[in-house]
Amino acid sequence: MGEEEGLHQTQFLDTMFVRGLKRKCFDGEEDIEGTLAGIKAIPSYNLQRQSLLDMSLVKLQLCHMLVEPNLCRSVLIANTVRQIQEEMTQDGTWQMINTQSTGQASLDRLVSTDILCRSSRDQAEGKHVPAYGTFNKDFESDQAQDSSETMSTAPSVQAPRNLQSNVWEMENPQENKGNFQKSLDQIFETLENKSPNSVEDLFSEVDNSYYDLDTMLTGMMSNTKMGHCDSLETFSSPSNTASNSNCKSDLNDLDHIVEILVES
Amino acid sequence: MGGDFWCVFWWQGLNESLPSTEAVMFLKFSLRSVFYGAGGGNDIQWCFSQVKGAVDDDVAEADIISTVEFNHSGELLATGDKGGRVVIFQQEQENKTQSHSRGEYNVYSTFQSHEPEFDYLKSLEIEEKINKIRWLPQKNAAQFLLSTNDKTIKLWKISERDKRPEGYNLKEEDGRYRDPTTVTTLRVPVFRPMDLMVEASPRRIFANAHTYHINSISINSDYETYLSADDLRINLWHLEITDRSFNIVDIKPANMEELTEVITAAEFHPNSCSTFVYSSSKGTIRLCDMRASALCDRHSKLFEEPEDPSNRSFFSEIISSISDVKFSHSGRYMMTRDYLSVKIWDLNMENRPVETYQVHEYLRSKLCSLYENDCIFDKFECCWNGSDSIVMTGSYNNFFRMFDRSSKRDVTLEASRENNKPRTVLKPRKVCASGKRKKDEISVDSLDFNKKILHTAWHPKENIIAVATTNNLYIFQDKMN
Repeated sequence: MGEEEGLHQTQFLDTMFVRGLKRKCFDGEEDIEGTLAGIKAIPSYNLQRQSLLDMSLVKLQLCHMLVEPNLCRSVLIANTVRQIQEEMTQDGTWQMINTQSTGQASLDRLVSTDILCRSSRDQAEGKHVPAYGTFNKDFESDQAQDSSETMSTAPSVQAPRNLQSNVWEMENPQENKGNFQKSLDQIFETLENKSPNSVEDLFSEVDNSYYDLDTMLTGMMSNTKMGHCDSLETFSSPSNTASNSNCKSDLNDLDHIVEILVES
Repeated sequence: MGGDFWCVFWWQGLNESLPSTEAVMFLKFSLRSVFYGAGGGNDIQWCFSQVKGAVDDDVAEADIISTVEFNHSGELLATGDKGGRVVIFQQEQENKTQSHSRGEYNVYSTFQSHEPEFDYLKSLEIEEKINKIRWLPQKNAAQFLLSTNDKTIKLWKISERDKRPEGYNLKEEDGRYRDPTTVTTLRVPVFRPMDLMVEASPRRIFANAHTYHINSISINSDYETYLSADDLRINLWHLEITDRSFNIVDIKPANMEELTEVITAAEFHPNSCSTFVYSSSKGTIRLCDMRASALCDRHSKLFEEPEDPSNRSFFSEIISSISDVKFSHSGRYMMTRDYLSVKIWDLNMENRPVETYQVHEYLRSKLCSLYENDCIFDKFECCWNGSDSIVMTGSYNNFFRMFDRSSKRDVTLEASRENNKPRTVLKPRKVCASGKRKKDEISVDSLDFNKKILHTAWHPKENIIAVATTNNLYIFQDKMN
């Protein structure tokens, strides 16, 4: 990412993060209304906390292919993400303030962060992780309650595709190249054969803990468990990838990876 | 300030015949130091001495300096770079005629310490970058140092050869063997002088003991053992034994998903051969005694400063991560470097440091930007001077900072090619945090975050410092009058 652009963007954030005071619940609500009202000079605390969360997740995902990622850096970023998650849990602000127009893009972001946040939070609390279908329902009911929510609810059938693509993006950096061939085969296999009956069926066998932050970290550091390849078997993707730009970039990633495999 | 004036009067009282002009000059000198705010150790004036490395701005990745270390006498200065090379400089013997400067450092030996490797099991490259160099004390004519990359530590012997045997009976001078039947007389080979040759040879290779990246090595005061630390483990080695090491600290959780803290640095106590410390990414330092148990999972002391609630932010943990820990020469104190400050700890007091020095507090309001461009993860090192009275550390924009512990004065200096003339006194720099920028001050927004000084070293006995910018090594010394 462009350093200059990033710096310009984050100068905004810096003004709010000067003291980094923790905001209480009531402050959070005020902020939601504030950002809805229109353009504000300083971004709301929630908005730039979300921005920080996104930035952190991107940082964790972008790993060097050839050299092992710096463990200290990864751990520090993961701890930052956990910290944000905890605060967001306390605030009860799972809703994303979406200032962008496309519902699909926002859902992507929702999926990539929420699944991770939710799973690791549940793990921390020792709860049984609900299937994705249940989670989706919860989210919808939360949305109904909060009248200030601007995000549109994309049809749930889109979610699995996004989830898969996002999981793939996460899984990419961490997998050993030696295991790539096997997982690639599995994925291509599942793309051909299977098709979902419903959202619940699709994800009922999946152990959500594989998508969470900690596993991502684990995969980066040690030899990959072969286990998470199994989880990918339950995935399938409807064939129309044209509408989903994520899948397209994933296929490019796949090409790139195959290239590297072939070369090495 | 008061001290300077006092000196003048004392001098005059003692020596009635003191020319008045000299007394006035002394007075002027004191005033000058007051106005310029010269700090850092009883008005040490630092002068440029030398700069090593390429002049052009195009930095070759392999030339990036990754570690700097003086040996125990200060005569030798070693640097390691990202390309796996070690360059050793040697100080010239002092020239009697040049009393106003100390000997220069010239290249003594250059060798390739580590090569890039490929881990076939994980399909990952192992970088050849030299993470640390540590000298052994000199026991005979040869010098020994330990150098390490992410995975392998090597013991190098650096020896001089300035004589060679000549007059063999069975060999010609060029090495060809003579026909024994042509030998009619016998002679004893004699040593004749030759041009000095410095040879570096690897004597021990300590490999395959670290799963994670080695960040520290430290030689024990017994000079027989040393420790090597990676992100999760610390191993104890004997210098003579390469096929075995003892694991003395292991913080790897049973479930890697629970990992929240890593080891960032470790060092042996300079006097007590059973004591060592290691720092963590959460800002704690643990002191361990190897006599307590084989695996030092339980610390003897835990040094941690309670968090300041008014400064709390999402970045609090990241900036509290300790990037370097160094014992004082006396062994009574230790110094830690985190992102924004340097802290001095008394080993007898665990709950807070005895001294804290802000290195670049003006960056606190920029933490989000620095997180975005990854600068917040930069690992700055720190060092003590020989008498433990001044500490030094690096910053951005090729600035480095010195803190005088007794006078509580600090100074910011810059390593740049603009001050290239020998014996040019370095002018103190100042960063303007906000508001009106005074003349000669630099605003925070115009700092160059690509020019970072991560590695500095102080001569063990004299006021000579080595400061590494990205690919240049600067040597500064104090102005000798």
